[in-house]
Formats: sequence, C-alpha cells, structure tokens
Amino acid sequence: MSILDIIILLPLLGALAIAFGAPARSTAMASTGANLLLGLVAWGLYDPSKEGFQLTASRPLVNVPEISYAVGIDGLSLVMLLLSVIVSFCAMWMAPKVESRQKLYFISLLFIAAGALGAFCSTDIFFFYAFHELALIPTFFMIGIWGSGENRVATAWKITIYLAVGSIILLAGLIAFQSQLSNGSLTFDLVTLQERSAEEAIPARAQGWIFLTLLIGFGILVSLFPFHAWAAPAYAAAPAPTSMLHAGVLKKFGLYGLLRFTPMLPEGLETWRNLLIVLLLGNILFVGLVTLAQKHLDTMLGNSSVMHMGYVFLGIASWNAASGEPIGFTGAVLLMFGHGISIALLLGLCGKLRERLGTVEFDHLGGIGKQVPVFSFLFGLAAFAAAGLPGFANFSGEVMVFFGGFQGYGGEGFNSLQIATILALWGVVISAVYMLRAYRSIFLGRRPDDLNASPDIVFTQRIPCAILAGALLVIGFYPRLFSDLLSF
Amino acid sequence: MPWLLLILPLAAAIIIALVTRKHGNVSAYISVASVVATFVVSVILQLGGETDPHSFTWVSAGAFELNIGLQLDALSTGMMLIVTCVGALVHVFSLGYMEKDESKGRYFACLSLFMFSMTGIVLADNFAMMFIFWELVGVSSYLLIGHWYTKDEPVEAAKKAFLTNRIGDFGFMIGILMLWGMTGTIFFDPMETAAEGASISHGKMFGIAVLCLFCGAVGKSAQMPLHVWLPDAMEGPTPVSALIHAATMVAAGVYMLARVAFLLSFTEAAQVIAWVGALTALFAAVVATQQNDIKKILAYSTLSQLGYMVMAAGLLASDAAMFHLYTHAAFKALLFLGAGAVIYACHHEQDIWKMGGLSKKMPLTFITFAIGTAALAAVPLTSGFFSKEQILAAAFEGNKTLFFIAVIVAFLTPFYMMRLFTAVFFGRARTGSAEHAKEVPFVMSLPLLILAGLSIVAGFGLVAKMVLGEHYPHAHPPGAVLAASLITMLAGAALGFLLYRGKTQERMPIAFIRQKFYLDELYIGLVRVFQDAVAYLAKLIDTHVVDSIASRGSATTVQGLGSLFRRIQVGNLQAYAFLFGVGVILIVYLLVFA
Repeated sequence: MSILDIIILLPLLGALAIAFGAPARSTAMASTGANLLLGLVAWGLYDPSKEGFQLTASRPLVNVPEISYAVGIDGLSLVMLLLSVIVSFCAMWMAPKVESRQKLYFISLLFIAAGALGAFCSTDIFFFYAFHELALIPTFFMIGIWGSGENRVATAWKITIYLAVGSIILLAGLIAFQSQLSNGSLTFDLVTLQERSAEEAIPARAQGWIFLTLLIGFGILVSLFPFHAWAAPAYAAAPAPTSMLHAGVLKKFGLYGLLRFTPMLPEGLETWRNLLIVLLLGNILFVGLVTLAQKHLDTMLGNSSVMHMGYVFLGIASWNAASGEPIGFTGAVLLMFGHGISIALLLGLCGKLRERLGTVEFDHLGGIGKQVPVFSFLFGLAAFAAAGLPGFANFSGEVMVFFGGFQGYGGEGFNSLQIATILALWGVVISAVYMLRAYRSIFLGRRPDDLNASPDIVFTQRIPCAILAGALLVIGFYPRLFSDLLSF
Repeated sequence: MPWLLLILPLAAAIIIALVTRKHGNVSAYISVASVVATFVVSVILQLGGETDPHSFTWVSAGAFELNIGLQLDALSTGMMLIVTCVGALVHVFSLGYMEKDESKGRYFACLSLFMFSMTGIVLADNFAMMFIFWELVGVSSYLLIGHWYTKDEPVEAAKKAFLTNRIGDFGFMIGILMLWGMTGTIFFDPMETAAEGASISHGKMFGIAVLCLFCGAVGKSAQMPLHVWLPDAMEGPTPVSALIHAATMVAAGVYMLARVAFLLSFTEAAQVIAWVGALTALFAAVVATQQNDIKKILAYSTLSQLGYMVMAAGLLASDAAMFHLYTHAAFKALLFLGAGAVIYACHHEQDIWKMGGLSKKMPLTFITFAIGTAALAAVPLTSGFFSKEQILAAAFEGNKTLFFIAVIVAFLTPFYMMRLFTAVFFGRARTGSAEHAKEVPFVMSLPLLILAGLSIVAGFGLVAKMVLGEHYPHAHPPGAVLAASLITMLAGAALGFLLYRGKTQERMPIAFIRQKFYLDELYIGLVRVFQDAVAYLAKLIDTHVVDSIASRGSATTVQGLGSLFRRIQVGNLQAYAFLFGVGVILIVYLLVFA
C-alpha cells in the first residue's frame, strides 16, 4: 500500500462518512486537510534523483487485456498532486453556506477531488481515464442543482455534452494508442507502454491520427479553441468551490494527458503542430479579445482561464524530441500549477463578491477597496499573478514557455512556432488590460452611491486565501522547487 | 555582502506589509533604515571593489537555466550609488511630505518594493533577471502612482503607466529571445564576446533584435511614441515623482542601453535610437513651454532630458548618456522635491499661475530650486553644464542634424524653466494659499540642501570619476559646442524671464501644444477602434458562431447519447454514475474485444 492509495481514498472515505451522517463541512475539510499534509509528505518522500515512477503500488484486476489498479508518481504527477490537494482543501474551506442538500454538496466536491487525484496518480491508463470520469459527473450535478443564473440547467447540459463527447473521443484515442503498442499482449500499464514505444516507435502515420484524436479529446476537456464555449458559462454558473476545483484542477487533466502522451507520439505532434498552433492562437488572441469584452467578473474569469490554456498548449507545441531541452514542457507544468492556484483564488473571491454585493457586473461596482482592504489585497495579488507578473508561479511558467518557443531559433526568419510565441507575447498585454480593468472597476476609484456596504473577509476565510497566495509566491520566487522535479 | 542590496529592501517591504503596516511611523522608519543601509553598502562596494559574487539557478529545464546573479562593475556599482543616494534622500523627504497620510505604511512598503526592484535591474548579470525586475519595477510604479486609490485620476494614470510599459516590454522580450537565439546566451558578458559575430552573420535581423530590445527602453524611459504615461504619472505623490518618475526608474531604459552598448556599435539600428531620443527631447521641450501644472512642466522636462540621454546612447556615446543620467538624477530629484515643498506649502496647489512671490516666504526652497533650475538649464559650473556639454559634443561629432535639434532643446530648456521659476517665486502671491505659504519643516529641507550641493559638485571631474569610474567621459568638447551651449542658455533664460516677468497667466496660449499635439486623444481613439470594437466583435462571433456551431455539431454526433441522457432527471447521481460506467465498459468491449 502506497501513500498515494491513502491520498486517493481519503476523500472517498470522507464522502462515505458524510453519507452515513458525519457533519458534512467539517468532514470534508478534515479529509482534504489531511490530504494536503499527506501531499506534502509525498513530496518529501519523492526522490528527484531517481528516474521513473515512485511510491508505486499495483493490484492486477483483469489479465486480458492487462488492466490493473496502479498508482505512482513522477515529477509531473507530483506537481499535479500538490496542485490538487492545495486547491481541494481551500475549495472546501471557502465553500459558502449551503442552503439545501448540504450533504450531497460536499460529497460531490469530495468526489471531484478524489477523481482528480486518482487521475493524476494512476499509472494505468484505464484508471487514469475512469478517475477523470468519476470527477466529471458531480461537476454536472453541482451546476444543475446549486448553480446560479437562470440558464444553469442549460449550462449544465452544455458542459455535459461537450465533455462527454470529449471523453469519448479521448477514450477512442487511448484505446487506439495502446492497441498500436500491443506487441501480442494488450496492456493499459503506462510504464510498459512507455517502454514499448521507446523500443519501437509507433509508425508515423498511426502516430499522426492517434495524436489528432488525443489532441481533440484532451483539447475539448481543456477548452481548446474552438471547443471552448462550455467553459466560461459553466464557471460563471457553477458554485464557487466547483469552479475552483474544475478550472483549477480538473481541467488540467487534459493538459497532463498531452504532456504524458506527446513524448510517445513525437511524429504525431510534428504532423499536427501547425494545426495546434493555429488553435492555441485562437485561445490566446481570439478568446483574449472575447475576455476583454466581458462585462461580468465571472464570465471574464472563465474566459481568461480559457485564454491562459493557450500558453500551456504553446509549451506543449514546442516539444522537440530530436534535440534541445524540455523548456516548453517545464514552462507548461509551472504554468498549469500557477494558473490552477490563481484561477481558484480568483473564482473563490468572485463567489464571495457575489455573496456580498449580489452582483459581479463591472458597471454596478467600484471603489470598494477602502471598505474591504484585505479582500482587495488578495484579489489584486491573484489578478497580478494571473496577468503574469514576476514573483508568482505563472510568470516563471510563461517565461519558460516563451524560451521554449524560441529554442533553436537560428537568427534568420521565424518559423511558425516563433511567430506564435511573438503573438502569444502580445497576449500578455491583453491579459494585463483585462485584469487591471477588472481590478480597477471593482476596487479602485470612486464608489457608486447605490452600492451596499459590505464587510471584509473574516479572519478564518483569510487562511485558505493565504495558502493559495503563499503557494503562488513560493513557486514564483523559487520555481526550481518544481522544475528540478521534472524530467521528460 | 552585495546581496544585502536586494535582501534589505525586500525584507523591509515584507515586514511592513505583514506586520507593521497599521503603524505608519514604525513602517516609515523601517523603510528609511533599509534604504540608508543599502546606501552604505553601495559606498563600501564602490570603494571595496568586490567583483565576483556567486549566482544561483532560478529555474531550469535539462541543461537550460535561468539565473539570478549579480554583475558588479563600474557601471552597476556607480548606478547603485546614484539610486540608493537619491532613494535615501527621497525616503527622508517623504517622512515630512507623507506625515499625515493615512496609508503611510502601504506607501513605505511600496517604496521599499521599488528599491528592491530597481536594484535588481541595476545588478542583473543577464537578461532574464533584468526582465524579471523590469516588470517588478512596473508593478511598484503602478502601486505608487495609484497610492490615492479612491480618486479616479491616479487610478487611471497608474493603469495607463503599467499598460504602456507592458507594450514596451512586449518588444523587449522578443528582443531578448532573438538575441538568445543569435548569440546562444542571455548573460551580458558572453553576449559581448558573441555580439560581433552575430551581427555579421545575421545582419538585418540583428538590427531588428536590437530595436526590439530598445522597445523596452522606449516604454520604461517614456520615449515617443510610448511617452504618454509619464506626465499622467504625476498624479502620484510628489516624492514618488522625484524618485521613480525622474531620477531612477525612468532612467532604467538608458541604463539598459548603456549595459548593452556593445550591441549598438555593431548595427545601423543605433541611428534609429538616436533619432527617437532627439525627437522626444524636442517634442517634450516644446510641450513643456505651454504647461501650467508645476509637476507637468517638470515631467515634460524629464522626458526631454531622457531623450537627450537616449540620443547619446544611440550615437554610441553611452558614457555621455550615463554622465547625464547621473547629474540629472541629482538636479531633477531636487527640482521635484522642491516642487513638492512648494505644493505642500501651498496646500496642494499645483498651478504655477496660482502661486507667486514664494521667494520671500520659502527662502531655503527658493535657493535650492534656483540651483536645480541652473543645473537643468546648464549654467556653467553646475553639474548639468558638464554633462550636457558631453551630449552636445557627441551629437556634434555624430550627426549635424541631431546636433541642431539638441541645440534647439538647449534653448527651450532654460526658457520653460525661467517661465516656471518666475511665475512661482517672483511677483506677488496670486492666491490665498500662496499668500499663507510657510517654509517646510527641516526633515524636508535637509534633502533639498543635500541635493542642491550634489547638483553643483556632481559634475566636477573628481566627484564624477568616483561615481562613474571608467565610464566618466573625458572628451573635451569643441569650441563651437561650448559657444552654442552658452548662447542658447543665455538667450532662453533671458527670453523666459522677460516674457513672463510680472505676468499672471500664460501670455500666448497655443492649444495644439498645450494639448500635447492631441496624441493622447489619438491613442484613446485607436484603443477604442482597434481594441474595444474588435473585442466586442470577437465576443459576438464567439457567442453566435463558434458556440452554436460547436454545440450543434457535437449535439448531432451524440444524439443517441444525448437522448439517452435527456430521459434522466438532473439530480439522479446513481443513474448517472451507472450510465457512465456502462458506457465506458461497452466502448472498451466493442473496441478491444470485438
């Protein structure tokens, strides 16, 4: 039994306890809080000097094809694990008062947390997939039942359809992938698959269409342009802890998957690189402009999250198996962490704002910073982080992504990747514009007379915010803590 | 030891932010103590000549690393001396100026954050580190301009400053990436070795890379066309204007150009840089002649002087640029703090036509301001005289057209300063607030006195050589330069004095110049059309085209699945989980076993 088993099981046990009558909120917080500590322990147990997966445990379930419940972490999954435990704990803590069906509310949240953790820790791609599905289902419910806005049921359906389609395409891609590497014995074991693809690469043509299938499948889950339309309305409608968990953690599943599989499909990426570049520029530039035009904080944050996925895709697109260092991949991982934490903090605060003022429409807000200085400080911190300011994890990720894009630039004309990098750099200006506009129109300047007075964040609620902000700052000041863990 | 320069201000900022921010005085003293300590460290460093501090890896990917490391040479330690010296004096001045401010803790935390960021730019030994601190300086500037955040104007000015700088940084980063590709390094020293080879093998692209790099300086040093943020930034507290928007931060662009002077010498692109500087110098000097706000006049004057420095850098005379940066830091900080004293005494009045007769009421401020004005106007034997000589000499040798422009600027400078000086200090008090003005407290006049002393002696060879070391320019300007400098100075000052003596308002208002050539309006229009309108269009396309096509497409694809789903009520967890499980198993079965 590995510590990872406990980490995956704890939220599920918490959910079970709640179902049998344990107090919902405190059980949820206790199990995810314990998980946060266990996550740090796992970080301590992890030895970055060793290759491959560590803290492994495995239980065979089916022999043909070989499916087993198997867990283990390498640097990449460790970072994702830490992201998950941090955001899960803070999401539980920041959950607002639940009016109805409180038990189900927290059970659903715990399922999302467990599913995400399971997906990141699994070294068997069947469970990798299944855990993600486990996390998706409660997401749909939470929007439908506890969501806000008149269209919440329609929104719940929209995200369901999008993500179900994405999952099916993904599943097809995964199965095709493993059948290409069958070598006489079908297996879902990631390590075996990695070894087999290292011995004998999948034929280029097959790599091409498998990669495309995976790209679309994972891409829909990560709101890759033009499959992004579900994201902003869903985050706006979902209860704050759900959107924190989904935008912060669960959405990273698709990126995590691409980071896992792309090194095994280098020629597939080569074939479709220009397509990926066009799509990710759609995320950065097109959705960036869409974000600028938003009049509500919640949809603005949702769109900004879609936009920032473009930078992670850029890091993935710069993967070059033949030569060079994994600069873009390292940047992608740092950015996934930074974005996950910062968007969780922003969405959590957005939820609190709606609670207090009844609206998150920019035109009705303004100048509340003087009343709520701590709130204003925390929001400003997260907004600066999301806009890519140094000192926060996001910046280190973005910079590495940009260097990754220019790796191998010879001093002559630009190739498509470098042109994309330059355009993506312009996107940094766009995100500064909307983040500063939002901050200014909510907290700074004169306060409209008809705006209600509202209290600042209470002390106990400052703690989860401080944890999130602290994580951003620690990795932002010293990103090597994570980059040293990574090897691709 | 040199790391203290970074650690002290950062520690001060953190301690104030987390612990003492509610206790204004304690916070202020922590901040002042840290800046004084860094000044001492800078002096020791300048004398001691420690050159090889270790660096550490900030982030890595395989063999690729980005580092934090310090470059200790004559350029950086000299600059450090300037930054910490002016910084310390401005901190002390702030003790008086911000005494009654209710957010004193926040103010001093931001000042310390600024000192931290600026130090990082100056000491960086590679472009990645410089870029990190370059951005941080932008943040601290944003926070300080917007210090009075309940008013709309400072908040808008802060946002404008930050975003304009970001546009410059867009080019800066591209330049860094291109040069990294061409020379294979982001460290300044190895890049110097590789620069010549890169310039030969990449020709035009090398020039483009250098110009991209220059974009960063255009933003930070407020050169045209990105100059619009600096005059607005005067909405911030006046000591901030003195430290950040006159003496140090805006000089970072010039400092960066001096740091990479080796790149400029290999490319024709340097000509472009010189022209941008010259045109900015001229434009700003013209606009300054028509402004009425004392801080705005000084802001345009700063733009103009920065233009001089950038021009010199473009003419490959970066030593002259650094010399002028150094003297300018002293006398422009003096002028801004003097303006701050005047504003403080006149109860936050900033219109020069609503002042008058202050020479008798504030004798100390009057004398020190006069010294600052003399230095800016380049009166012989003041520091500004020596450094401006060097810049004019560089233009005289490099390009006669640029020299001609520089001479016109040299005429306009004493003209607008005399206009300001006459209106503020001479004649009669024109309003009640000017009538009741009193000399400022000692804690504010002490920095004025010190800076006035520096504004005189800083230009002398002995002193300048101590600060600038090998970068002190030795050239003796030709006679023509000397003559042009003296004649324009006398003519400009005389004209300014005669035209505005005893006047109570602007004699000949020219709207076109007063409105800064309507460039701000033009930019606002461009932003409306190209950003907001396009963004709105994108939003329409997103909701009406992308969403509906994708939704419909996927809806048809999964019609079977969808109709199955629709039979179930939302809220039935078990059925959902069951269906998903069945679906997964079914598909696995079909694909693998069938």
